[in-house]
Formats: sequence, structure tokens, C-alpha cells
Amino acid sequence: MLSELRTMWEVLKHTFTKAETVEYPEQMPYLAPRYRGRIVLTRDPDGEERCVACNLCAAACPVDCIALQKDTREDGTWYPEFFRINFSRCIMCGMCEEACPTYAIQLTPDFEMCEYDRQNMVYEKEHLLINGVGKYPDYNFYRVSGMQTASKDKGEALNEERPIDTRSLLP
Amino acid sequence: MPTIYIDGQAIEVKQGENVLEACLNAGMDLPYFCWHPSMGSIGSCRQCALVQYQNEEDTQGRIIMGCMTPVSEGARFSLKAENATEFREAVVESLMLNHPHDCPVCAEGGECHLQDMTVMVGHRDRRYTGKKNTHRNQYLGPLIHHEMNRCIACYRCERYYKDYAGGKDLGAQASHDHVYFGRHEEGILESEFSGNLVEVCPTGVFTDKPFLKQYSRKWDLQSAPSICHGCAVGCNIAPGERYGKVKRVHNRYHDEVNGYFICDRGRFGSGYLNSKLRLDYSGIKKSDGSFLAVHQKQALETAASWISGKKVAGIGSPRASLEANYLLREMVGKNNFSAGSSDLEATLVGSILSILQTTTAVNPSIKKMETADAVLILGEDVTNTAPRVALALRQAVRNKAFELAEQMGLPLWQDAAVRNLAQDNLSPLIIVSAMDTRLDDISSNSISLAPHEIATFGRAVAGALNGEKTDDPDVISTAEILKNAKNPLIISGSSMGSQDVINSAVEVAEAISKPETMLSFCVSECNSMGSALLAQDGGVSLADIIKRAPKLDALIVLENDLYRRGKRSEIDQLLDSGIKIISLDVYENRTLDGSHLVLPAASYAESQGTLVSSEGRAQRFYPVHSPSHERLQSWEWLLELAKLTGNKKLSKLENLDDVVSTCAKDNLALKKIVDVAPKNSYRSSGSKVPRQTHRFSGRTAIHSDVSVHEPQQPKDHDSPLSYSMEGLNRDQPASLTPFVWSPGWNSNQSLQKFQSEVDGPLKGGSSGVRLIASSSKGSKVFSESEEFELKAHQWHLVPAHQIFGSDELSAHTEEMAELAGRGFIAIGQKVAEKLGVKQGDGLLVQHGDVRCSLEVKVLSRVAKNCVGYSVGYEETQELTPGCLVSLQVDKDWRRTSPEVIASDKTALGHIASDGGGAYG
Repeated sequence: MLSELRTMWEVLKHTFTKAETVEYPEQMPYLAPRYRGRIVLTRDPDGEERCVACNLCAAACPVDCIALQKDTREDGTWYPEFFRINFSRCIMCGMCEEACPTYAIQLTPDFEMCEYDRQNMVYEKEHLLINGVGKYPDYNFYRVSGMQTASKDKGEALNEERPIDTRSLLP
Repeated sequence: MPTIYIDGQAIEVKQGENVLEACLNAGMDLPYFCWHPSMGSIGSCRQCALVQYQNEEDTQGRIIMGCMTPVSEGARFSLKAENATEFREAVVESLMLNHPHDCPVCAEGGECHLQDMTVMVGHRDRRYTGKKNTHRNQYLGPLIHHEMNRCIACYRCERYYKDYAGGKDLGAQASHDHVYFGRHEEGILESEFSGNLVEVCPTGVFTDKPFLKQYSRKWDLQSAPSICHGCAVGCNIAPGERYGKVKRVHNRYHDEVNGYFICDRGRFGSGYLNSKLRLDYSGIKKSDGSFLAVHQKQALETAASWISGKKVAGIGSPRASLEANYLLREMVGKNNFSAGSSDLEATLVGSILSILQTTTAVNPSIKKMETADAVLILGEDVTNTAPRVALALRQAVRNKAFELAEQMGLPLWQDAAVRNLAQDNLSPLIIVSAMDTRLDDISSNSISLAPHEIATFGRAVAGALNGEKTDDPDVISTAEILKNAKNPLIISGSSMGSQDVINSAVEVAEAISKPETMLSFCVSECNSMGSALLAQDGGVSLADIIKRAPKLDALIVLENDLYRRGKRSEIDQLLDSGIKIISLDVYENRTLDGSHLVLPAASYAESQGTLVSSEGRAQRFYPVHSPSHERLQSWEWLLELAKLTGNKKLSKLENLDDVVSTCAKDNLALKKIVDVAPKNSYRSSGSKVPRQTHRFSGRTAIHSDVSVHEPQQPKDHDSPLSYSMEGLNRDQPASLTPFVWSPGWNSNQSLQKFQSEVDGPLKGGSSGVRLIASSSKGSKVFSESEEFELKAHQWHLVPAHQIFGSDELSAHTEEMAELAGRGFIAIGQKVAEKLGVKQGDGLLVQHGDVRCSLEVKVLSRVAKNCVGYSVGYEETQELTPGCLVSLQVDKDWRRTSPEVIASDKTALGHIASDGGGAYG
């Protein structure tokens, strides 16, 4: 008896507390910048695609929903010929972002991805690539990497000496 | 067997091995870089450090290098001692000082020995704050990509390329931390075995360039155990596929055949599989000569209506599987079946087969050839006709060095010491050929003779061995060398197109009269020997089919471009004789153009079958991926056709196992092919063996662009392999090992976890079954010397096979075509002077009504009155071995390339796409 009355009291008490739920979609919830939602591919500060098609995101993905193919630019740098994420399989775990060595793949605070047709959940590179750097404004992989590119000769990467002249007799 | 103690654990080891080998044999993970099972130890990387203790009381110990320390009874070591682990970590840390930050864009990533070893020693954080050394890259040709920054200076590339493969144009330059591995200047690597650098390099300095263009990580490749279709040696390969394309070919270890290495034709010659020349759909020829694409079913029904109850003949192929050839023979009957080689080749291979079945000499495996202490090659340019054998011969000539080392009590794995001791001492290798061969640099005597003279020479050597007197110093010395050798090896083959040469090789081998004498023959195509084994049981010649064509109703051609087998006029006549021609093939060629119905056959990477190598070893290859489009495996096409036409015997067969067992029952010589590989019903730990790695990615996204509803994985009904990542790639028979991987060992060095012992057979045994057993009665060969009368200004035409270009299928690969160049005529320096031509000029070659204009190649030695021609090239299709030709300067000839020798070919616009700059 007492317990039943106590239960009713507890329930009634909540009539006067502030609601935790919000009137979505009229009222949007706050999502932190590091919320793990829709995946994007970002660009480096120079406006080039950051993704170098190393395949680490695909390998890290527990549901195997990322497929891509590497291609090479004229200067020898790598980029994805296609990059596909099947969001109907994605579990937004963020492992791809953790695995990405170039900060290319990032998760965003957007979860509104409902579709009537499941096929529309398959995103290609043109749907994923944004014109921005995302959460990491400064990083450019090719400035650090020892690989020669069109804009950077051997020895011009971060912390590199000029190329060795093997025919020099100097120590 | 001595016992050693590692961390207190007693291990029985083999006498004479080193501690690194002992650790690996015991299943311990001891990091290493410069040591390689087939190249021995030099102790240059300092990675395999252990602590050795004087005795049980010793707690201090001293650091030793595992690869440089021989095992001895009771020796005590520690792998886990703190100073050893610290030392190993410090070594990796120092190797990483200059390593560029480029793993994500490195083609070695994911199968990198350096990555594995770094993780294994636990090195993580970089402490050094100084700057990194950098290097310029070089253009090394269309096959190998160079990225010198990644080098850790282990010297494996130089030791492989120069010491093992005999290359001359790659080596170490500069000193201390400036050391550089490359050529004296940019250019195409000369060695035919350069591709192995990709697997030998423990990091990403040398990577596979064609693979880089369509790169996928190792973990994403679907692989299957396969057999190289490039030549008759039968090297084991593991092609990798993704997105329906065969992306690369890796070596698949076989202790008796290819070991750790394959040639560049085998590694890079599969590009044609992805070319536009491949057939995707069946086609029926319309009246205007074009083809109408039709469905499988319609094509089969059409074919069945053409052959049901009619007079049908079949032409098989030495590049198709044994099963497909057998089915075709059963369909059309023995008397209407030709094995599909040219009549000359068929006769030669047939005689080689009967020689191997009767000779008193041993028919060696490649591994066995490496034990030869004297080699005589009659007529073959082995590097171009059976490349992997040439690599084995380069090891065979080192037996002198090993003999000297054994006298000194040096362990054979002490590579630098053995080489230092032997200097230039090589075991004798005598080459008797019409012109330059690629083994001349290690031969003790290179003799230039025309084919019929080679046979005479061989007979004279046999005579001298039998005690006949002779004046020829070459004959005397050769006979002397062979007589004194413990394991003499005679090599000949069909490439000269001369029965006489083959016979003389047998005479020499049998005249030596030592049970250890080895006799080996090179034949031309991947299943030439299988065709010959089938033909032994009945069949007719190609000429016979051509002759009978007008009386037939239909002809089925199996994977064969007939224009490569006979004269153009004859083949034209056959295809135009009004009978229905049904062709199955993997790529578009002139025979298909002349056919009435074409059926798209699956390539070797899409089909299963058995090949018989030149050694007589039957080996099974498996599909890497299921056939694309409407392709079917040749044997499936033929089986379906047999069922439609109501063939009672063949209609009962359901899968490849049934075909194999029926084939074995029908042909006595092929009785053992049922044991070549496990049956379809074989299961490893309860499931099929997976073709995909456990980390295969993108399964739910690969096909989602077409439909988000994932299709079922293709089923493989004919083999114990699955198109899946589920299952265990361990403990199965060797013939079913699609790739190597072991926890912590992502690179191909994980192979040691699959070997029963270092450098030994795989745990699943040596795959394949040798079909040719010799009765040892002795071959009764009758050879007579042919005499040629040469008129003035006439030359004897000798075939010059080319590793890149002579093989039908691989020649359609872009990179192979680039290396093959144009069809050529090879002449000696004197002839060139006489005719007034230089390398790269043009010559008109005339034989009867055959005329062709060919590029001149000037060689350093060519037999008198002989000229060579590039075999298998479009331009030389009409030339046949042995015919007499006249030569004339081609005045309309246009040189294509500037006057350079091959080794000096420069990058010419390749630099940009290569990502490297000019060197220097």
C-alpha cells in the first residue's frame, strides 16, 4: 500500500519538472563538434583532397562499409579514384576517423540521414567530399611526407635534408 | 643433432645451421632484415640480436647476431633478455631515423617487413629531432618503382640482384649514411628477374610498378594458388584480384620448383587479363563479318546444332588445361583430335617425352638442377625459354664455391665469407648455341655453332666420353669436364626446332654413364608436356586436320591462335574451307576473327585445371575470382556442349573432379593426376580454405553502387577453396595455400611460418605429382648429321626466343610489349659490317615468297652462316626455324629509337608519372 502511494507521488512529482526531451525537429538538439555522425572527406589547407587512398579506414571499418580504389596523379601523389560509404551499414563508430593518417575522413554532428530508398544511403566521393578542412585546420600530409610532389621537391618536406649527392666524396 | 638452450628451453637443432634459423624453426619470433634463406647471412642489419651465455652460471652474457652464430652443442642463448630486446629496439629506432613519413602512400604498406619488425620490437616514439636524409629516385623501367628514401640499407637488393640473379646494373653507391642502391644512371633494369626485388626488399624501396597503377592493399586482395602460364617450367604463383581485376602476381613458394623467385614474365605478364582484348560475350558471325553478341544458352544451342551427329574435328592447345584438352578429345574422338602444337613442335615434344620415359639419366627438378657441378647446354638460351631454370643454373655454378667452403669448414650460409673465398671460381658451364645467350657471363666456354653443328658437337662429346679419339679441343675439354663431374647436367630443348640437337643431348647424357647424370629439356608452353602425354594415347597432326577440313562439317578450336601454329596460307584455307568453326579463347585474335562462333573462355585466373610442366610435374591451378561476364571455363563450355549433344560418357560428369578421374582412367600416363590436389570435398578444420584474408575490407560497399542489397558471395563448386574470408589458411595441403600470413608477420616473410623448416618444403608437403617415370632402359635415338648446302648470300635462320615478346599471352601486356620492342633479326658483327648496317637499322629478310622487314640487332657472337629471328612476334610470324634466307638492306626503314644500348635507355618522359626526379 505504502509503496503504491509512494510510486504515485514520485510520478506526479515529475509533472512539475523540466522536460529532458525536446520538440525535434522544431527544436534542434545541441550536438558537440566531435559528435559522431555523417562521415565527410575533407580537404587540406591548400584545397586539395586530403584522402590518399591508403585503405586504412576500410580496413578499420567493423562493418566493412567503405570501399575505395587508389589512383595516382601526374606527380605521383595518391588519391581515391572512387570512394564509397554504404551508410545503410555504417554504425558511426568513428574507427575510420581514428585510423585515418591524413585527417581526411571525419565524422560530423549530423545524423539526419533518413531515406525512403535504402539505395540513397550509398554515398560516393562526390557526396562525401566537402570544401573545408573540418576539425583539423592545419594538417597537410604531403608537407610532412617524404614523397616528392608537384609542389614539393625531395628534401623539402618537414624536417628533411636536401637530397644526398652520392657522387660527392665529402663525408 | 645438437641441443641448444634458448631462454632455458632445450631445442634440438640441425648441425651446421645458425641460431636465427634455429629460432625460426622453433617457431620463435626473432626479428631480422638482411638474412634470407636462399642468400644466407652477412650480419649487416644487426637486427637478430640475442644474448649468448658462457655456461649456466653466466648471468651477464654477451650480445651476438643470431644469423652469424653457428649452433653448437649445449650453447645457451636468450631472446627475451632485457639487453637483447633493448638492443633490437634500438636498431629499429636507428633504422627509422631517416625513414620517410609515407606509409599511407607506400605500396609496401600492410605487407612491409619493416612495419612488422618495428611493431615486433615495440619501437613507437621517435626521439631523434635532427633532419632526415633524402635521396633522388631513379627510373628503373616499366616494371619496378624506386623510392630510395625508404631504404634501411640491409643490402638485400644488391645481394639478390648481383650475387643471386647475376645482374650487373644495380648496386650500392656512396658510403656511411649516404649509401644508395640504384643504377649508375637511370634506365631499364637489365635482369630478367628484377621483379623479385619487390619481394626481397624488406620495405618499399622497390615496388611493383604495374600494381601501383591499380593498387590495392595485400589484405584486400583475393588470392588463389595458381601456376604460371608463361612457360613450361610451372612456377607456382599467387595472383591477387580485386574489383574483378587481377592486380598483381606474387611468387608462391614451392621448394622443388621455383623456391622464392619467379621471372619477370611470370610476375608482370598477366596484365593482358585486364585488357580490352578479352572476350566477355559469345558471338555468332553475321553475314557482313561482324559478330552478334548472344547469350551463353543460345551460343551453346547453336554450337550443339552444328556438331550434333556431324563430322567434327577438334584442335586442342598446349596453353589450355589438361582437362579441357581431354574433354575436347573425348567429344570429337581420338582420330579427329589434334593436340594443337605446330607439327614440328609436336614431334619434338613427343620425342622429348619418350626420351624422358626411357633415359638412364635423371630428370631433375629445378631444386635438383642447383646441385649440378657441371652443366652442358645444347642449343637453348635458357633465360629466354625457361627463365627460372637459368636462375637455378646461376646457383649451380656456385657449387665450386660451396665445395671450397666445405674444404675450409666454412658454413655455407656464411655468404660473404664463401664469396670471398671463391672469388671468381665457378663450376663449369658450357653453352653451345647459335648466338649470344644471357648466361654467357657465367659460362666457362661459350661455343657458337649452327643447330646441325650443335648436334654434331654433342655427338662428338658423346663419342669422346665413349673413348673415341677427337682433335677438337672444345670437345675434349667438355668431355673431360663431364666425366669428372659428380652431378653433371645436360640441358637441351625444343626451341632450336631441331630433333638432332635433342638426340645429341641424350647421347651425351647416356654416354656419361653415371647414375647421377641429369638430363633436362625445355619445352615451349605451359602445358606442352600435358599435350604430349595426351597425344601419346592417340591423336592426329595439325596438318592432317587441315588436309581433311573440306570433308568435315565443323571444327572446334580450343584456346589456340592457329596462325601461330602453321603457315598463314594454310590456316586461311582451313578457316575459309566452308566448315563451321567454333572457337573458344580468352582474347581476341585472328583465329577468332575467322571463326563462325566464338565462346569467351575464362582466363587462367578464372579457371581450374591441371598443367604438366617440362619436368613432367602435374600441378593444379585454381580460379582467383569467378569468371566475369558470360565467360565460362573451357572445360565447362565443352562439358555443357557434350551434354547438349547427348554424349553419353561425358554427360555423367558433374564437376572437375569427375573430369579428372575419368581422364586418369582413360589415359595410363595420366593415372596419377587424381593425386595432384585434394578433391572438392576436402575441408580444412571443417571449412573450405578462404581466398580472402581475414581483414578483407569493403564487403558491404563493393557492390553497393549497383545495388545496396548485397549479393551472395560466388560459390566455388569445383574446389575446396571459397570466395570468402571464413575459414583457416593453415595446415592444409601445399597445393591449397592461396597466400601467406601469420599473426605479426604481414609481409611475405610470413612464409617461414608455413615451411616445415627454414628453406624446406611447406608444411603441407611439396605440391604436384611427377607423371613421367623413366624405365631407365636407355633411349634409342638415331641421329644422323644433316648437311646443308648454303648458296652465297644465304643464311640459316635460327630461332631467338625472347622472355618478353615470344610468349603469346603475356606479350599482350602493355609493359611486356614495351620491353619486347619490335621483331628483330639478329646478326653477327662481321655480317653487319659486310651488309653495312648498324643496330636499329632495317633488313629485308626473304625466304621464298615470304618477305619481312625487320630491325637489326647486332650480337657479339653468332655462329657462322646463321642469323637469329625473334620468335612469336607479329613481324616474324611467317619465318620458320631452319629455313634459308637472304638479307638485303631495307632502304625505307625508319629507325624508332636513338642509338643506345639497352642498358642506357633513358627515362624519356617517364619521370613525372613515376614521382621521381633525375638522379644526381
